[in-house]
Amino acid sequence: MHRGGTHGKGGPRIPAGFGEVSGDVIDLAVGSGHRIIEGRRGPGIAVNGSVPGPLIRLREGQNVRFNVTNNLGEDTSIHWHGLLLPFQMDGVPGISFPGIRPGQTFTYEFPVRQAGTYWYHSHSGLQEQSGHYGPLIIDPAGAEPVEYDRDYILLLSDFTVLDPHFIMQRLRTGEGYFNRQQNTWTDDYPMTAEERRMWAQMRMMPTDIMDIGGKTYTFLANGRGPTEGLEYLFKPGERVRLRIINGSAQSFFNVRIPGLPMTIIAADGQNVRPVEVDEFQIGTAEIYDVIVEPGDAAAYAIVGESMDRSGMALAMLTTSPGERASVPALRDPPLLTMGDMGMDHGSGGMDHSAMDHSGAFVGDAAGAEMGAKDHAQMGHGAPPAPAEASGSAVAGMAAGEMSMDGMKMRDTALLPPDVAVGPGIDMVSMAPVDKMGDPGLGLRDVPHRVLNYRMLTAHERNRDTREPSRLLELHLTGNMERYMWSFDGRMYSAVSDVPIRFAWNERVRVKLVNNTMMAHPIHLHGMFFELVNGESAAYQPRKNVVIVQPGASAQFDLTANEAGDWAFHCHLMYHMHGGMMQTVTVVGPEIGA
Amino acid sequence: MRPVLSAVLIGTALIAVPVHAQNQGHAMTMPTPDPKLPAAPASSASDPHAGHRMPTSPPATAPADPHAGHEMADMPTPTPVDPHAGHDMPAEPAKTMAPKDDMDHSGMNHEGLGEAAPTSPGPDMETPPPPEAGSGPPRAADAIWGAEAMRTSRQDLQRTHGDFPVFWFQGDRIEAQIREGPDAYLWDIQGYYGGPTERLWFKSEGEGEFGSAPDDAEVQALYAKAFAPFWDFQVGVRQDIGGPDTTHAVVGVQGLAPYMFEVDAALFVSHRGDVTARIEGEVDQRITQRLILQPRAEVNLAAQDVPLLGIGAGIDQIEVGVRLRYEIIREFAPYIGIEQSWRIGNGADFARAGGQDPSVTSLVAGIRFWF
Repeated sequence: MHRGGTHGKGGPRIPAGFGEVSGDVIDLAVGSGHRIIEGRRGPGIAVNGSVPGPLIRLREGQNVRFNVTNNLGEDTSIHWHGLLLPFQMDGVPGISFPGIRPGQTFTYEFPVRQAGTYWYHSHSGLQEQSGHYGPLIIDPAGAEPVEYDRDYILLLSDFTVLDPHFIMQRLRTGEGYFNRQQNTWTDDYPMTAEERRMWAQMRMMPTDIMDIGGKTYTFLANGRGPTEGLEYLFKPGERVRLRIINGSAQSFFNVRIPGLPMTIIAADGQNVRPVEVDEFQIGTAEIYDVIVEPGDAAAYAIVGESMDRSGMALAMLTTSPGERASVPALRDPPLLTMGDMGMDHGSGGMDHSAMDHSGAFVGDAAGAEMGAKDHAQMGHGAPPAPAEASGSAVAGMAAGEMSMDGMKMRDTALLPPDVAVGPGIDMVSMAPVDKMGDPGLGLRDVPHRVLNYRMLTAHERNRDTREPSRLLELHLTGNMERYMWSFDGRMYSAVSDVPIRFAWNERVRVKLVNNTMMAHPIHLHGMFFELVNGESAAYQPRKNVVIVQPGASAQFDLTANEAGDWAFHCHLMYHMHGGMMQTVTVVGPEIGA
Repeated sequence: MRPVLSAVLIGTALIAVPVHAQNQGHAMTMPTPDPKLPAAPASSASDPHAGHRMPTSPPATAPADPHAGHEMADMPTPTPVDPHAGHDMPAEPAKTMAPKDDMDHSGMNHEGLGEAAPTSPGPDMETPPPPEAGSGPPRAADAIWGAEAMRTSRQDLQRTHGDFPVFWFQGDRIEAQIREGPDAYLWDIQGYYGGPTERLWFKSEGEGEFGSAPDDAEVQALYAKAFAPFWDFQVGVRQDIGGPDTTHAVVGVQGLAPYMFEVDAALFVSHRGDVTARIEGEVDQRITQRLILQPRAEVNLAAQDVPLLGIGAGIDQIEVGVRLRYEIIREFAPYIGIEQSWRIGNGADFARAGGQDPSVTSLVAGIRFWF
């Protein structure tokens, strides 16, 4: 069995929503109880008695001490997601500290070196699923870069009545257990018989968009279900800052406010140049701060539709309590395409609307060129003539005939030699292209402006603009059927003593290649990296979570200037426990110099 | 009655929630001295800087020189080439080199940027970390908290992230078979305990006529090791518990074939030296999310006649069936179906000699469950 105890539904009722704590010394207590969301009772683990836990409000430049008391019957921890701090305060049991035993009070203490919107959550067992998370805001020492009248937090998460250990077990044993949108003889998916045949031949499901869908999850806004009335008040003409945090265990959301554009001003806590969009996808553990300027309507719906369109988190911007805007219906679920297998776009003979190659993907054809060239030069035996292949992306839409004949979905010769080939790899991306310009599954063909990583530009100049001195290529690998997830074919259990190593102050370009059909939000603890998104080195956006699209690649530049051991993992909690995790070791200056 | 009551109470409580919720978002007025957020430029509907993207210039010409502006020389644009002037690249030229990409990059306006250098191509080749990156396992926390204090949590992290064991048990077919002559019962169950690539399997199947002990029953204990993404190799023992006492060595493969066929193929060598084999395949055809049609086939083979067990050389038996099940929950599904079984060749002769019909058609009804 998956260790870490069980999460019961007993104990006190844990209310939804949160209070606020601040100051130099903050006491936090982790306890268990039950939650009731839309009439359904589920397990609960709460910080200071609520889910989400209290808003922790700090100021840049202060020192903070957290006394965290564990009232659970099992170990716990708090990881300060996105904070720059000494590694031993990062809160990952087994990497940064021993964890907090039942009944013990552990003291975290560190200087607050940054500003922005962040969050915190357990890094012990599967506690995050049961509610062990909360928002954290650091007000800047100086002025905010933008002006606004109201400041709100929207923390998105996922609730289940199930014990997360049960979910983990079912993910391992019951393929597609939580997917109630599978292909059937009677479904409405726009797929031809030939496409259905191919997916069956490949032993894969085009409907595996999120492992766990709305049948199992109720999607929450600040701990409340969609019918439980979360409201944000505004007066017409006011500028409202929404700090949107994806604090879910395993969910991606498409966030939009029908009738109201959103101006993104920060990503993962770091300011970016304002960019106006109508919708954005937020991966697990990502954070976007947006400014909205509500107009004359009495209310606007803030919709956090799950990526697989099986449910939504919902909140209202209202001029007076009780005002309701109409809520849009869930859109049709998206489907994975051959492009999500890393097939070259040119082969996209399928007529899915989701395969639309206009917009972002034309830009990505250029990215394909670079990705493929890298491969060729590394002698990985990448497909020849990548330039033509990518150049013909659009033409291929019309001409290409989809056929599995002669096409290998698991050509392990394409992998570099340091990837461990074995049963844990069920797919190898054929021609992984850089999809920094991809708005995300299901948003490639919507008729309005959708955020993608290429649209992000750092607001403040990056300190380190050195050319990276080396390339580190990591392959995201997995086996859906066995529910194994890994970097370079090795689950964490096999590489817990084999860290990814960086020298002190080393500048490294990290290329992540996704050999799976799922989007993975990859998170590095303790440091920000800069997305290689076409921006100049000085203004590449700083982030600590990057979504690597299915079958695609993504790159970031990292300055390894925080010494110690850090967790590096997929922030889908069940993928991390499925093995997609590794330790990153940055050798300190005293050793490295 | 009580659940209903409490549901009502909960419902009432929830109705009260919105009132409380209004203050939930931490409304606060933020006096900010800064000027108003500049509105995202609406004019930049065409990408102002697509040309910055590295791939449009050949990496071969990518200079190691980190100075800004060099790259621009490779592009057919009026961009100033002076590397030192490149720090103040005006936005206008950038706009003219946007031949593609109709995306809205309104936020990527470069006006006023201190530096407008294109992204560097980065290193081409993956290289190992320098010696200064050190070696060995990650033990930084030992220096702070002590190796002893770290040991348990480190082991726990390792054991719960990746290769941890799970238990699975399935009653694939627990059914009654209605046929000419005496009706029969059948069970076919299996389960495992283990990690994703290494497992201990348990299997059992058997059948008999209602009211009597099984004519034919077996249990298997197997060790399984994954050798391919969808396939396990299995080795172990089988003990027949109905009919003549027989022990077999088992080697086999089990897994998922293309088109989602679940396949279980095994070779048996009995303690008397007889060699037999069995191949089973079944596939789930989803009609709806809950209604599933499952065709199934099984072939039993033998390398020689085994008169003691009534098995004929060559193809001894073929079973073909189809079952329609309804998943009330994923783990529990009643089904009905039809199955045809043929004894073939010498196997048919053995059947006739035993007073059995070599061809049997059964209507089946049963349950499929797992946990």
